[in-house]
Amino acid sequence: MLAYLLRRLIALVLSLAVASVVIFLVVEVAPGDPASYMLGINAQPDTVAALRSELGLDVPKVQRYLTWVGGMLSGDFGTSYTYRTPISEMIADRLWISLPLALLALLLSTLIAFPAGLIAAARRGQGSDVGVMAATQLGVAIPNFWFAMLLVALFAIKLRWFPSGGFPGWDDPLKALKALTLPAIALALPQAAILTRVMRSSLIDIMGEDFMRTARAKGLSRRQALWHHGVRNALIPVLTIIGLQFSFLLAGAIIIEQVFFLPGLGRLVFQSITQRDLIVVESVVMLLVFAVITVNFAVDMAYAIADPRLRRRA
Amino acid sequence: MTGPLLDIRDLSVAIKGTQILRDVSLKIEEGEIVALTGESGSGKSMTALATIGLLPQSVEVSGHLVLDGQDLGTLSERQLCDIRGRAIGMVFQEPMTALNPVQTIGAQVAETILIHTKTTRKEAEIRARTVLERVGLPADRFPLGRYPHELSGGQRQRVVIAMAIALRPRLLIADEPTTALDVTTQAQILELLRDLTRTEGMGLMMITHDLAVVSDLADRIAVMKNGEIVEQAPTRQLFEQMSHPYTKALFEASQHQADLPQAQCAPPLLRVQDVARDYPLPRRHPFAKRPYFRAVKGVRFDINHGERVGLVGESGCGKSTLTRAILGLDPVSAGQITLDGDPVYSSGQPNPMVQRQIQVVFQDPYGSFNPRHTVARLITEPFHLLPDPPQGAARSDAIAEALTAVGLSPDDAAKYPHAFSGGQRQRLAIARALIIKPKLIVFDEAVSALDVRVRAQILDLMADLSRHYGLAYLFISHDLGVVRSITDRVLVMQHGAIVEQGKTAEVFEHPNHPYTRALMDAAPKLPRIGGNGA
Amino acid sequence: MNRNLIIGMFLSLLFVAAALLSFLWTPASTETLNISGRLQAPNWDNWLGTDHFGRDILSMIMVGARTSIAVALVAVGIGMGVGVPLGLAAAANQGGLLDEFISRLNDLIFAFPSLVIAILITAVFGAGAVNAIIAIGIFNIPVFARLSRGAALSVWQREFILAARTAGKSAARISTEHILPNIANLLIVQGTIQFSLGILAEAGLSYVGLGAQPPIPSWGRMLADAQTMVTLAPHVAIIPGMAIVLMVLGLNLLGDGLRDALDPRLKGRRA
Repeated sequence: MLAYLLRRLIALVLSLAVASVVIFLVVEVAPGDPASYMLGINAQPDTVAALRSELGLDVPKVQRYLTWVGGMLSGDFGTSYTYRTPISEMIADRLWISLPLALLALLLSTLIAFPAGLIAAARRGQGSDVGVMAATQLGVAIPNFWFAMLLVALFAIKLRWFPSGGFPGWDDPLKALKALTLPAIALALPQAAILTRVMRSSLIDIMGEDFMRTARAKGLSRRQALWHHGVRNALIPVLTIIGLQFSFLLAGAIIIEQVFFLPGLGRLVFQSITQRDLIVVESVVMLLVFAVITVNFAVDMAYAIADPRLRRRA
Repeated sequence: MTGPLLDIRDLSVAIKGTQILRDVSLKIEEGEIVALTGESGSGKSMTALATIGLLPQSVEVSGHLVLDGQDLGTLSERQLCDIRGRAIGMVFQEPMTALNPVQTIGAQVAETILIHTKTTRKEAEIRARTVLERVGLPADRFPLGRYPHELSGGQRQRVVIAMAIALRPRLLIADEPTTALDVTTQAQILELLRDLTRTEGMGLMMITHDLAVVSDLADRIAVMKNGEIVEQAPTRQLFEQMSHPYTKALFEASQHQADLPQAQCAPPLLRVQDVARDYPLPRRHPFAKRPYFRAVKGVRFDINHGERVGLVGESGCGKSTLTRAILGLDPVSAGQITLDGDPVYSSGQPNPMVQRQIQVVFQDPYGSFNPRHTVARLITEPFHLLPDPPQGAARSDAIAEALTAVGLSPDDAAKYPHAFSGGQRQRLAIARALIIKPKLIVFDEAVSALDVRVRAQILDLMADLSRHYGLAYLFISHDLGVVRSITDRVLVMQHGAIVEQGKTAEVFEHPNHPYTRALMDAAPKLPRIGGNGA
Repeated sequence: MNRNLIIGMFLSLLFVAAALLSFLWTPASTETLNISGRLQAPNWDNWLGTDHFGRDILSMIMVGARTSIAVALVAVGIGMGVGVPLGLAAAANQGGLLDEFISRLNDLIFAFPSLVIAILITAVFGAGAVNAIIAIGIFNIPVFARLSRGAALSVWQREFILAARTAGKSAARISTEHILPNIANLLIVQGTIQFSLGILAEAGLSYVGLGAQPPIPSWGRMLADAQTMVTLAPHVAIIPGMAIVLMVLGLNLLGDGLRDALDPRLKGRRA
């Protein structure tokens, strides 16, 4: 187990290192100089040069890369070109919206998907299964931003139960939660549909296994067998999807944040890209990659706990 | 209690209009072992599943299943759940997959006790411990906290048996319980089942395709064919009378002796010289030196022109690794394999000049053909080894000749493999090996998946082909009976080494090495007709 | 034929036909503006109504289908064209350095937030259909590489591969001759799924203004334009959304239907 953990940790660090190089290169080859962009088309060449030197853009690329990575390791993400504020502060502010939103959406989708997948698998081929499957087909097909628009039209504009956009801050937690409710629902719907399908097919696979027949021969009823022997085995692929979904939700909210005018991480990236505030883009994307890789790592560790066969893998 | 323990009367089962079982009647008494035998598709497993009430939901069942005077057909699903595991226990064929991989063996055995009785988890575990001891898994080596993947196949089958007998059921059903196991393990499991039946007074319904397995175990045997019991009688009587021709056919096919041509005293064809093969194991930690496992240790033997040599050994003995090296699929770590003096594998490449002289027939008649190709394309695949493969008429002639040689029709060339039965596919596989006119054919468990009557036909075909083409065979099998019937000489392999070799008849009659003796003793044998049954 | 296959095929073909037809004919021009006739509800002249510039929505949907299908199709092509050979090569080299390298590369691409990178690419290299295709296509590569590697590995275990190897065939030849035909079903099914995901991604990108640029109509942009008019004229928001849903639903049903129809295990059962 310890060797396995060690090997996975080394792989994790390596992927992060490679990812940082890739991100830096992609952003660096991008056309459009931040300094000239900030000063406009009519700027004098020497003013642009002065700004470039002030932003640290005139040093060689390798050195800039090392400074960037070194800074991140010590918790200093650098300073935004446009806003001249420390990026770590900007990210921290935005995380207070994006993280609760992602968690809320994940919670919603899991709460819907677990029972729905379980029911569909247990009553395979019956009415409730057909109904659940039809609903998931629809859930996967609906673009979440369109669903969000419809939610706003109905619950915000017509019924006025929820605000149609913006974020009031966490001073009033109830208001903040209300502002996040519609976005979370819009995000959770397609995720719940996917998760339900994975849960169902995973359970159905398990039900065909020999050990389920053994359990039935012991005298367990169909339902008991499913509950005692099926669920834990079926959880492994489900965990993978949940892990992937979390990282997707953290950044994938980018379009939903546009719909609801939420100042989250996604919107920060979006604005920074259009303003050529490249250092912010680099840092946020790196943070997201870090989140994905560590979440996947956590999921792998969760596997090892759920599946004793992996625990002893040398 | 006056009646029999289990009384099956006129049991018929149909799935979507297809009759699977027809008027099956069978009685099992307390402490009695009744074997249900027959070829695949005869309905023996269906009878077992019907008895324990685990048939698929879509089937129509008629007739009576009476256990201890209670008609199981009248019970609700809830009542059946109560019967299963408590009054009827069942053991399945595949011990590797029959246990839940994420639960400890203790928990799985205790579960049987917990769901049927009002006991605490603690008490159930204590009882599970006793049952595991009873099936031969002592506490010091097999604590309750073990997981299935930490056990061997035979040990897992013991756990499955422990689960089935934990509550001392009245009836135990064992569906091919030893088919997936090695012969020495098989003998131990059979002994355990016999002992349990005798001491606990259970009835045992034993399902098997292998007459030899039940010949000295069962009190009575019922022979099934196409969903019907064609003959049933006490074991001894059955073997002595064999009143139904099908029983006779099965019996004869089971101990079929192929008519081999005289072995020639020819120069060596294949020479395996001090061959060893190592496999890398996973590193213990990322910076450790990579450990190796030596699967084949200094093996040395020859096969002469036209000679049939058997290679026997249990799973994990290294015979598959050796086979791959002979076929030139893998390099060897030490030593050399030559055919007529040329190495099969030289300078990191298999030698096509040698490979074309060695062809192979695999075990699985369903997996050994690409389902998307026609027979013509499939059996001409070895032509790839020729620098100048036959084209046009020469190619169709070669296909026709190979198909005719294995008893198929040249017209079959345009068909796809799914149009053929298991036995016919093995014929196709032999045709594929023959088409390039090799000197040596390797049969890798080539008849193990076949029913006995088909197996006998294929063995005859092999003997004919050897005579006709002067072919040498390397016949790899775990089945000693088959090896005896088709080989001149036999090699016995254990832990990667050849422990004994010699003329087949001599090795079988007078085994020298203790391991060979153990193998011979463990192998189930059919009684001689008219002689003493047990 | 199963029900999923029929419904899915019908919906998919409907949109493909509409897209193809739009090259020759649309009910009205999508370039002429008619401010006086704007935001009309569906009626006899404009079956699906008009938008805020008075353009015929049916015509816009037809031309928009063209954009969506073209982007998604080429993106799937990129994914398959690059991913499948990579996956086959990795499987043929199982446990080797190449396999390790390709698998790590897959993991790495998967670790990037696809939508963010797609937005980065389109924003930095210029908004437009071509860059949208590239952005979506890149993330299709590891999907197909992983799928074909996994499927190919299980085919490599089969005995007929051993038979081909004893016939002296090279790994590359075995991959094209034996492996590819046996995993083609899976690839086709995954292809329809990635196609539908491509439609969704294209809609998302053009919704935030980074897909096909005006005046080329696209479904996502139609929705973006409609956002402020949801209460005023609901049909301008509902109809393009429905178009996306039906197209994606059709493709997914087609994929499910194909999976059932092509599964040899099911085929045997039915015969």
